[in-house]
Amino acid sequence: MHFAAIGERGCCGGRMRFAPTMFMENQQLIPHLFRTEYRKITAVLCKLFGIEHIEIAEDIASDTFLAASELWGQKGLPENPIAWLYTVAKNKAKNYLKRDSIFHEKIVGHLKLSSNETQEIEVDLSSQNITDSQLQMMFAICHPAISSEAQIGLALRILCGFGIEEIADAFLTNKENINKRLFRAKEKLRSENISIEFPGAEEIDNRLESVLRTLYLLFNEGYYSLSHQTILRKDLCAEAMRLTHMLTENKQTNTPSVNALLALMSFQASRFDARVDPQGEMILYDDQDASLWNAELIAQGEHYMNLASTGDKLSKYHLEAGIAFWHTLKTDCAEKWESILQLYNHLLSLEYSPVAALNRTYAFSKARGKEEAIVEAEKLGLNDHYLYQALLGELYSGIDSAKAIRHFKDALGLCRSTTDHRLLERKIGKLESRI
Amino acid sequence: MKDFIFLFRADYKDLGQASPEQMQARTQKWMDWVGSIAAQNKLSSRGNRLNPAGKVVKKGNVVTDGPFTEIKESVLGYIVVKAETIDEAVELSEGCPILASDGTSVEVREFDVI
Repeated sequence: MHFAAIGERGCCGGRMRFAPTMFMENQQLIPHLFRTEYRKITAVLCKLFGIEHIEIAEDIASDTFLAASELWGQKGLPENPIAWLYTVAKNKAKNYLKRDSIFHEKIVGHLKLSSNETQEIEVDLSSQNITDSQLQMMFAICHPAISSEAQIGLALRILCGFGIEEIADAFLTNKENINKRLFRAKEKLRSENISIEFPGAEEIDNRLESVLRTLYLLFNEGYYSLSHQTILRKDLCAEAMRLTHMLTENKQTNTPSVNALLALMSFQASRFDARVDPQGEMILYDDQDASLWNAELIAQGEHYMNLASTGDKLSKYHLEAGIAFWHTLKTDCAEKWESILQLYNHLLSLEYSPVAALNRTYAFSKARGKEEAIVEAEKLGLNDHYLYQALLGELYSGIDSAKAIRHFKDALGLCRSTTDHRLLERKIGKLESRI
Repeated sequence: MKDFIFLFRADYKDLGQASPEQMQARTQKWMDWVGSIAAQNKLSSRGNRLNPAGKVVKKGNVVTDGPFTEIKESVLGYIVVKAETIDEAVELSEGCPILASDGTSVEVREFDVI
């Protein structure tokens, strides 16, 4: 698995960014380890304590890193930093159990231990238990009882080890809001009494669907976010791919839909660098430099697409991966747009979304011409959607300039993104200069 | 919005034998029509095609084999659409590829909520 293309990343609660190297200094090593190890320690402890004590698991994991930053600075790096972190986390967990008698009673009850000796409690930080705990945590966080917004916030915090500030940046909001949102989400996990375990065989398909939906939203949050922080957005995409990849490595969760989703993400991510210019402005698909498309990620997408082509269920991820695959071919041939149109027809008949309806109409115009597409477009009734007005503007360009300008101006009035503003203004300028 | 069923009727004999190319063209037209309804967020269920073979059960435990293929207007399949009124539902049937042939029909019926 090569995620190099979407950036090796890492950072802890703060805003430090770094590139991991062989010779990392403490200041760099700790944020890096925070990103990779915090989520593992939290998942293992949370599974051990039960979801109702999720904050205690987080606190112990945070304290462990605090201890590391203090001690490593004074005494130098331990021989095996990860083993050091695990040992400290284990001891802190055991001390906590000993110290807090109320917690002790509750947890020991939860753990159903025969002995009251907390020293006996085994904190299992083996790689197998880490992986299992993280996967089970994924199912707990993506429980259908939790709202999808809260799921994404929790996933970023608990499964990805993102700082509160980063999550706030990704959602274009402030830290207080994110803290409140996470607090409510954790309350919900507790009140619904959601357990950290693999769903039973008869339940797994439904629950997995919910997990995939969250990972899909997480990826899209990074891919389509209005945030200008390109590195952060790449991080979100890379994390969504990492978590999806984890699902493919587990026998119970390695389903065709999971592989289809990973294929979709790989195809989309392949264009990440080509769709933004150095000034941070969006470059439209037609204007992209195809030599900037990442061939490795396209090949990876094809690989997972092949793995997805088994079984008899055609999920929406299969269809979207198919659409994304055709977009990795720069040609403008009839077959391409006809295929994309049919995939959108199929996708929409499974599940409606305004964006899919608009994209279907665009594909329709490419496959059948603008005149026919205008008839289709005017049936959509999405008048308040700026992309709808922009699409009509596009379709009327070259057919009726006055109408095209009117629709682009309507789009301008509805559009919130400044980059899209500039794009629309350019289009209007071009049309007006021709009249 | 209310749900309406579209029942597609035709004479199986008139459909004849289609070449793979014809089949593909038919499917494409069909999917364009269904896709257009779905793009308006007015498709409630993509429905099903019905197999020509089947059985009919009547009073007194009388079970007969179809064959529906010999009935002039047999039901080929159905979809369910969403519309405010039956007239709006009828409008959605416009362009249904099945209506290009003679002796076919789309029956539009509102669901009665039980």
